Amino acid sequence: MTENSYDIPSYLHRDLLGIEGLTPPEISYLLDRSESFIEHNRQADKKLDILHGRTVINLFFENSTRTSTSFELAALRLGADVINMAVAQSSVRKGETLIDTAMTLNAMHPDILVVRHSESGAVKLLAEKVKCAVISGGDGSHEHPTQALLDALTIRRRRGDLSALTVAICGDVLHSRVARSNIHLLNTMGARVRLIAPRTLLPSKIEAMGVEVFHDMVEGLKDCDIVMMLRLQKERMAANFFPSAREYFHFFGLTYEKLAMTKPDALIMHPGPMNRGVEIDTEVADDYGRSVIREQVEMGVAVRMACLETLGLRNKDEAQERAP
Amino acid sequence: MRTDFTPPGKVTYINARLLDPASGLDSRGALLTDGRKIVDFGSKLMRGSDGWDVPSGIEIVDCAGLCLSPGFVDMRVQTGEPGFEHRGTLETAGRAATNGGITTMVCLPNTNPVIDDMSVVEFVARRARKAGLTKVYPYGAITKGTQGEELAEMGLLSEAGAVAFTDGYKTIASAKVMSQALAYASTFDLLLVNHPEEPVLAAGGTMNTGETSTRLGLRGIPVMAEVIMVERDIRLAEMRETRLHLAHISTGEACRVIKQAKARGVRVTCDTAPPYFALNETAIGDYRTFAKLSPPLRSEADRLAIIEAIKDGTIDAIASDHMPQDAESKRVPFAQAADGGVGLDTLFALTLELYHNENLDMLGAIHMITDKPARLLNLPAGRLEVGRAADLVLFDPDRGWKIDSGKLVSKSQNTPFDGRPVQGSVCRTVIDGRTVYELSGPSRS
Repeated sequence: MTENSYDIPSYLHRDLLGIEGLTPPEISYLLDRSESFIEHNRQADKKLDILHGRTVINLFFENSTRTSTSFELAALRLGADVINMAVAQSSVRKGETLIDTAMTLNAMHPDILVVRHSESGAVKLLAEKVKCAVISGGDGSHEHPTQALLDALTIRRRRGDLSALTVAICGDVLHSRVARSNIHLLNTMGARVRLIAPRTLLPSKIEAMGVEVFHDMVEGLKDCDIVMMLRLQKERMAANFFPSAREYFHFFGLTYEKLAMTKPDALIMHPGPMNRGVEIDTEVADDYGRSVIREQVEMGVAVRMACLETLGLRNKDEAQERAP
Repeated sequence: MRTDFTPPGKVTYINARLLDPASGLDSRGALLTDGRKIVDFGSKLMRGSDGWDVPSGIEIVDCAGLCLSPGFVDMRVQTGEPGFEHRGTLETAGRAATNGGITTMVCLPNTNPVIDDMSVVEFVARRARKAGLTKVYPYGAITKGTQGEELAEMGLLSEAGAVAFTDGYKTIASAKVMSQALAYASTFDLLLVNHPEEPVLAAGGTMNTGETSTRLGLRGIPVMAEVIMVERDIRLAEMRETRLHLAHISTGEACRVIKQAKARGVRVTCDTAPPYFALNETAIGDYRTFAKLSPPLRSEADRLAIIEAIKDGTIDAIASDHMPQDAESKRVPFAQAADGGVGLDTLFALTLELYHNENLDMLGAIHMITDKPARLLNLPAGRLEVGRAADLVLFDPDRGWKIDSGKLVSKSQNTPFDGRPVQGSVCRTVIDGRTVYELSGPSRS
């Protein structure tokens, strides 16, 4: 497990900024590599030396506990040195400052940067300015590639294959990077994607991304294989995206009653953290038979190990070439 | 629906001129009701070899050749209940409505409390059922407290029985709120109704801006206050790809804008009210506060344009815009007087002026206050149809009377039409097969 066992390099990019543009073999490659870490992570001794001596910097411009912890754990288990930089949002409002940050980091010679930023496109801007590999840990409302990969891994382990599945993504699609990355990944892998949301929470022309749109959950969940719930931020209520939590739950909260429309073995997913009683009924969330929400968290570490490994190894030679 | 009243047995209305605008029916014949429903009608019904032949056991109402049409539907009524009962209650409004031939009315949410909560929808429904008169459907508020800021629970309100949504006589001023409201409402295919008046432009105004306001020294509300809001709402509905209904259109320019929008496929509809096709700003005369309305009475050119827009279909329905105000709110200097006039008693007679003035034919005029508004709001009313509720009105289109504010049935008597002679009298109003009003007094000519 210490070497890339594929003859042909199967992931041909320096960075991982989004799912859009990745090919099915690239996605499958990352999922296969992730798979190889799952059992390993269940052992007592989890330490590997694949990225021994490499430096990974977690650069989170937006608050995060789960994702940054998951990346940190993944890097540590691969043997890398990890630095967490939580950058206060207020000090980096301007593009110049972001680039200044990149220049500063360059001087420290990191090997991989994991970046989360609340402004769409900021991760890409930073990636253009640094010499090392960049993994997006969440990019505004644009993409969250490792979340889509861990969702795909969770589904694939339960269902064997992503193609021919019907996946319903429900809730606040408008503000969701998770939804966008999942739409790209699922479409690329041959699944059918449905979106279910009130019209205020759907972005303009979303149909152009290859999805079928529903405003009625009972209709939208019919015969689905997978139900992906999205987190609804309560602050959205103030901006009139929906009138109240109780109305939202009544029409768009996942309950057993609505779940009865899906295939009987449909899986329930949620990227977390959940608002119980707002987007998901608490009993549904805890349904051991169908809810794979905790499994998603476990897959998250494996997927992030695979991404760090792939970019860390791939860029080893190039990094040396690029050096003056 | 009204379980507290015993329905009658079989009743037949013979010798009637049957009018059904929805199907284009206009012929002499009979109609049969059984209990609450219409069970048959047509020109051959109850006809023997010579004359009328009614089997025994059926109550007979001889219509004497008068018009029998679906009961009228009034899509814009303000009642004072709950909160302003001194202006009028659901019962007094119901009585005025049945006198005016109206069997279904839709009430605005500007009550106290505002109809922005399921419990108020249920309260209104229960009170109306108790009165047992005209059927009442409530509008729900678009925003909480009709404050124009936060969306009301339109989905839940709709499930509780609100038929459409509006902030009533208040405009949704913020384009962002209106845009979000349109999108949210269309999630559930709900219709939004806005009062189109740009509030900043109209602020402080009391009547139409023009020569009359200048001579009277009153601050004006420009035509553009309506046009700008009509334009804005149409553009928002277009952007959000939703339906939209604009209430009480009063200007020719707004009609032109709506007509163009309809032509390019925007799903916009609108209504007007009798004051805007039957009166103009000169009705204010010497500061008559009963003629202070919102939107204000406009110019004669606007009045004529409204009639044209009714004729060419730009305007989809006529509503009474019933807005009771107590005497104290009107017995004050013009600028301080409350807006609005009562209209339930007079909706039919004034709409029939369009027929008597040869602007519309009989079916066309009745269509504006039956099937057309019912269809806009998806109400089970406004048509003669077997199996439907027997909500009927028998009227004499020619019989004249004079509108006298002192004799109105409405609790408040603020009509802008005081003293106007009109032609067209409601002779009998039937709701769910039961006669709830019958014209008394001097026999028909």
